[in-house]
Amino acid sequence: MPVMSYIQAVTKALQEEMQRDENVFVLGEDVGKRGGVFRATDGLYDEFGEERVIDTPLAESAIAGVGIGAAMYGKRPVAEMQFADFIMPAVNQIISEAAKMRYRSNNDWSAPMTIRAPYGGGVHGALYHSQSVESVFANQPGLKIVMPSTPYDVKGLLKAAIRDDDPVLFFEHKRAYRLIKGEVPEDDYTLPIGKADVKREGSDVTVITYGLCVNFALQAAEKLAEEGIDAHILDLRTVYPLDQEAIIEAAKKTGKVLLVTEDNKEGSIIGQVSAIIAENCLFDLDAPVQRLAGPDVPSMPYAPTMEKYFMMNPDKVEQAMRDLAEF
Amino acid sequence: MAENRHQSLGLSDEQVLDMYRTMLMARKIDERMWLLNRSGKIPFVISCQGQEAAQVGASFALDREKDYVAPYYRDMGVVLAFGMTAQDLMLSGFAKAEDPNSGGRQMPGHFGQKKNRILSGSSPVTTQVPHAVGVALASKMEKKDIVSLVTLGEGSSNQGDFHEGLNFAGVHKLPVITMVENNKYAISVPQEKQIASKNVSDRAVGYGMPGFTVDGNDPLAVYEAVKAAADRARNGEGPTLIETVSYRLTPHSSDDDDRTYREREEVEEAKKKDSLITFKKYLQDAGVLTEDKEKEMEEELTKIINDATDYAENAPYAEPESALKYVYAENE
Repeated sequence: MPVMSYIQAVTKALQEEMQRDENVFVLGEDVGKRGGVFRATDGLYDEFGEERVIDTPLAESAIAGVGIGAAMYGKRPVAEMQFADFIMPAVNQIISEAAKMRYRSNNDWSAPMTIRAPYGGGVHGALYHSQSVESVFANQPGLKIVMPSTPYDVKGLLKAAIRDDDPVLFFEHKRAYRLIKGEVPEDDYTLPIGKADVKREGSDVTVITYGLCVNFALQAAEKLAEEGIDAHILDLRTVYPLDQEAIIEAAKKTGKVLLVTEDNKEGSIIGQVSAIIAENCLFDLDAPVQRLAGPDVPSMPYAPTMEKYFMMNPDKVEQAMRDLAEF
Repeated sequence: MAENRHQSLGLSDEQVLDMYRTMLMARKIDERMWLLNRSGKIPFVISCQGQEAAQVGASFALDREKDYVAPYYRDMGVVLAFGMTAQDLMLSGFAKAEDPNSGGRQMPGHFGQKKNRILSGSSPVTTQVPHAVGVALASKMEKKDIVSLVTLGEGSSNQGDFHEGLNFAGVHKLPVITMVENNKYAISVPQEKQIASKNVSDRAVGYGMPGFTVDGNDPLAVYEAVKAAADRARNGEGPTLIETVSYRLTPHSSDDDDRTYREREEVEEAKKKDSLITFKKYLQDAGVLTEDKEKEMEEELTKIINDATDYAENAPYAEPESALKYVYAENE
């Protein structure tokens, strides 16, 4: 099975879907001739031409809104926001329009489009190239938010997002793009949106997280295994709507739950995960649910000292897991 | 006999009578909705009154069998011309389950009907502009002969989506017509406090497309402008911006009181130019609308609207729990 990077899996999924269905097209800033500032759409312009790999004007609301219109017509647009931080001008289109299209028209119209955006820090990106924006969208019924952790999941979930009949936000961790490599089957497969995935079976402490942090938790778990601490790791994969069943099952498995996100702590996805556990698992818990997250400051600063202080890493996760195991 | 303008535009007597009938239908449904609102039967009305000529003139200039429209909340004339019925609109007014726009989920004026290619709309203004551009992009990608028309008010032409959408359409030379129905007021704020340029159509030059200002009380002038724009679009010559100037004859909505911000004399003056009066006179002078035909039309429309009102009033509401349906596709 070929080994590829996280970003190569993005490109592969786009290429395969464009080959499979001529309604699939890509639009965004610099996605055409340049192949994207991160090179996620590398080669697609040469293979599919400028009509299906569209370099748009620099205007995010139009990228989302034009995509919605094309989706209403029957196309399958895949829009790229150059950075998740720059999705803000498109929020009205995403929340007022895409999310509500099916509901407000009583199932007459729909907006089946995928919006990809690189999120996350640790790349010297400072305040506006480092943010996690999922919680902005994670109370908007009608949207689905997918945040994969591995190249295998990237390919299967991005293909599923493109085929989904509703709008999907697909957030890719930009530091994972070249850092994370893994085996990816060459065949055509999809993975279910809305389903979490157990990435490691264990019995002492449960970690529930998503995106790049899954990799940090897996690294920490390997170290802790040497100390005799056996971690159970659940990758949410879809952060909205959440897979409640899998969360409850994972929490009950060990009775000690650590929730990890790179996002600011207050109002983040893991607060909702915590609420699900509180409602369903009170008598199965052996310790208070713990949240490990970024600090509640506006965003990640540029200077390496402050960036490192903000950013999640395997050591922080390892320490929090050890503390909880010893509770 | 007066000058026959419609024949020189290629319109038959039958077609201009149909235009007038559609305008009159919109006006009469609107008036009925105000009565229903003031008698406590429906919670909200937002009017088309004063803009019927622009709405119907533009719609008749399109191919209503294949073109798409992205209307805004005043466009009763557009949706009627595109196949929505008086009953459909009354069902929306009463928020009943059978309302084809939204099944009673949205306020009246939030049009949408897939079978007639009427894109679903929302309340934040101008979001429909990029949608119409997206339809035009899809049409161009598929090398189809389809044009989209998007409408909005002059106040809405200040929103980012107007500028982002028009620029996208201009860059990619897309078959989309943007029609700004300038009714002089955005709720209470007059045009001169909304727009720095003399005309809304002046904005077209920035987006590499022609812009025209036409008399929004004259359905034939609007027809002519939109027809030319549609021909250009189908020839691959790209988008057009059209501004139709008329006047909002009612308050902004049933919850507004326009006496607080504009003089009655101004409204009375505008009513003299009401297209329902001026176009009727044109048709009479041209010998197209006879007294008999007018009487017949009035009676026919009154019956249709009475029947639609009765039907909608007696139709059932959606089941309470149906509020949970259609958040996502339900074939999963």
